[in-house]
Amino acid sequence: MPFGNTHNNFKLNYKVEEEYPDLSKHNNHMAKVLTKELYGKLRDKQTPNGFTLDDVIQTGVDNPGHPFIMTVGCVAGDEESYEVFKDLLDPIISDRHNGYKATDKHKTDLNFENLKGGDDLDPAYVLSSRVRTGRSIKGFTLPPHSSRGERRGIEKLSVEALTSLDGEFKGKYYPLKSMTDAEQEQLINDHFLFDKPVSPLLTCAGMARDWPDGRGIWHNDSKTFLVWVNEEDHLRVISMQQGGNMREVFRRFCVGLQKIEEIFKKHNHGFMWNEHLGYILTCPSNLGTGLRGGVHVKLPKLSTHPKFDEILTRLRLQKRGTGGVDTASVGGVFDISNADRLGSSEVAQVQMVVDGVKLMVEMEKKLEKGEAIDSMIPAQK
Amino acid sequence: MANSFTRIMSGRNTAVILASIGAGTLVSGYVLSDNTAAAAAAERTRLYPPSADFPDLRKHNNCMAAALTPTIYGRLRDKTTPSNWTLDQCIQTGVDNPGHPFIKTVGMVAGDEESYEVFAELFDPVIKDRHNGYDPRTMKHPTDLDASKITSGMFDERYVLSTRVRTGRSIRGLSLPPACSRSERREVERVVVTALAGLKGDLTGRYYSLGEMSDREQKQLIDEHFLFDKPVSPLLTAAGMARDWPDARGIWHNNEKNFLIWINEEDHTRIISMEKGGNMKRVFERFCRGLKQVEHLIQERGWEFMWNDRLGYILTCPSNLGTGLRAGVHIRLPILSRDPRFKKILDNLRLQKRGTGGVDTAATGDTVDISNLDRLGKSEVDLVQLVIDGVNYLIECEKRLERGQDIKIPSPISPFRK
Repeated sequence: MPFGNTHNNFKLNYKVEEEYPDLSKHNNHMAKVLTKELYGKLRDKQTPNGFTLDDVIQTGVDNPGHPFIMTVGCVAGDEESYEVFKDLLDPIISDRHNGYKATDKHKTDLNFENLKGGDDLDPAYVLSSRVRTGRSIKGFTLPPHSSRGERRGIEKLSVEALTSLDGEFKGKYYPLKSMTDAEQEQLINDHFLFDKPVSPLLTCAGMARDWPDGRGIWHNDSKTFLVWVNEEDHLRVISMQQGGNMREVFRRFCVGLQKIEEIFKKHNHGFMWNEHLGYILTCPSNLGTGLRGGVHVKLPKLSTHPKFDEILTRLRLQKRGTGGVDTASVGGVFDISNADRLGSSEVAQVQMVVDGVKLMVEMEKKLEKGEAIDSMIPAQK
Repeated sequence: MANSFTRIMSGRNTAVILASIGAGTLVSGYVLSDNTAAAAAAERTRLYPPSADFPDLRKHNNCMAAALTPTIYGRLRDKTTPSNWTLDQCIQTGVDNPGHPFIKTVGMVAGDEESYEVFAELFDPVIKDRHNGYDPRTMKHPTDLDASKITSGMFDERYVLSTRVRTGRSIRGLSLPPACSRSERREVERVVVTALAGLKGDLTGRYYSLGEMSDREQKQLIDEHFLFDKPVSPLLTAAGMARDWPDARGIWHNNEKNFLIWINEEDHTRIISMEKGGNMKRVFERFCRGLKQVEHLIQERGWEFMWNDRLGYILTCPSNLGTGLRAGVHIRLPILSRDPRFKKILDNLRLQKRGTGGVDTAATGDTVDISNLDRLGKSEVDLVQLVIDGVNYLIECEKRLERGQDIKIPSPISPFRK
């Protein structure tokens, strides 16, 4: 059943001015786009599953944002949200994804053989490699909106699909609500376990409802391929390993994803995708590939170089601390990953990571030798 | 590309609908008629019967989890109140917060006045559980705000440091904090602030809107312990009460700073009368007078409080039904509070102790917060008199223990009027 704000028609008895949120102190993409007029235009609409405009924007109303970090401020409750509320979401998508237009087409390329190189990142610098994405299952609403019955349906389908995998993908599912203490400790030590969301960005969007019902973690026996079920998206798929062989990580990522997709398709529940937005996920920031491919890399000298951020921008990369988004770097080790999600393919994005990291490791080596790197600084990609 | 929408639409006259929106692609921004939404809802109900949605409450320990059976859920899941509030929305907070092994929380909230009727099959047993067996189907709740009936309302100030009475009031016709839209919340603020502006004499005061408060005002209100903050307790946030913060939230207090009203926190209004020292009679007298004047002022404009003779004053949390009243003192009882019989004495007097930071805080030093345990089934006058008599008894015990004399555990008081 829908979460919150079900009485949309009842609200229409009040004037637009009365219902329009006070966004005067807000700094997120939604607040920049949602004028009173646009609110008035969209407020009587709802998706076939009953997701309304107020449902889309609640998280952005409740979280004004940070003066320096621009959050998205809205979520989709189902695949149709991106259509029914396109007048709001298209400008937000354009703002967030480098001017992506409503008429643009997104290219999907999960053929790992199209990646050039990527197997020779220097392991003395590149400590680990990881690629993650999300997938939504057609025929179900998304985490902000799903009922317990739906969430359990998603879990059941996902577990069926995942436990039928074999070979390098043979693995086991650990439901969050029946995990033993020993299993839990092991998963924490492996850095696999996800916890109940505490970020108000997620809780205000209703994604933590009924926790831990229908949530769990699946991983293969060799612990290199991992799937989160019903956290911020239906599925989060992660391929990772120690060292710098991003090519192998990406191969396993592509092969595993395609195997899983085959099984879901057989059950008439393929992944949500369209040629304009690519893979449909809960947060507009993850549309397109939903892919974050990255490495943990030691760049103590380069990271203190005055041109470091400039270099990252030109390479279309972004830095994070080794704890993930919004953490600080420890000991000169950074998490470097692609900044783009929509408008370029998976292969293209991972290529940018591979090429960019390779270049930065070269720069680091030069700086170690006391040489200048100015001639190496690339043009804007 | 086929999607869930076409699957849902397959039972309908798809061609007509698609043609009417002139869609080349499948969906392109349109207003759904009630028919299509209803068809989609019917499809979902078929795919997900109540048994698919029944929450897993095996690790839960709250009143809602104790009362909710699959049968009740099956009967109530698809019902809505006139403003479209559902059972799932009432119980979400209890599903998300399994509770503490030692403290039993309520685990559900009302979204509007009608919730208590439409979902009575679940609310009634929860109310019974929480309020000592009170049965809303057969019993009546007495309301009495005549402060002149109070006797012995002046405490020994060597023991009682401060005195306070609080309750809540909801404005009939507007949804409660878990469910209200922004416009309803703003309407509550307007109605109440307009009424408060009509208070005179010792009740003259002013309103501070949370969103427009200056830093200086904010600091002042924090120092005076008046300011309420955005709820962080998951019991409240999971019920949706912190939405749109701080829109339409604020604090009103009189110039003398002993009559205070919170607007749109956990209830439409929370009304507080307080002062240092032990003059409970005066605190309660001001409480009743202020409440009656506010009620009169809103009635002049055609509004009234939510109330009925079965449940008394209707508030968001079932634990606050009836009087919604908590009358209490901060009291020093250094010897008695360490006596092993203290808890039993409180239980029999139908009193409860809390730390001086309020519910769920620990007592600091020798000072405890003592207040009435019950809310429903006895009137305001009954409960305040009970607190007065009980606190006087505790002070007597403390004095006796000071003198080395023995104390008696009193006989238990009935939770209801005879």
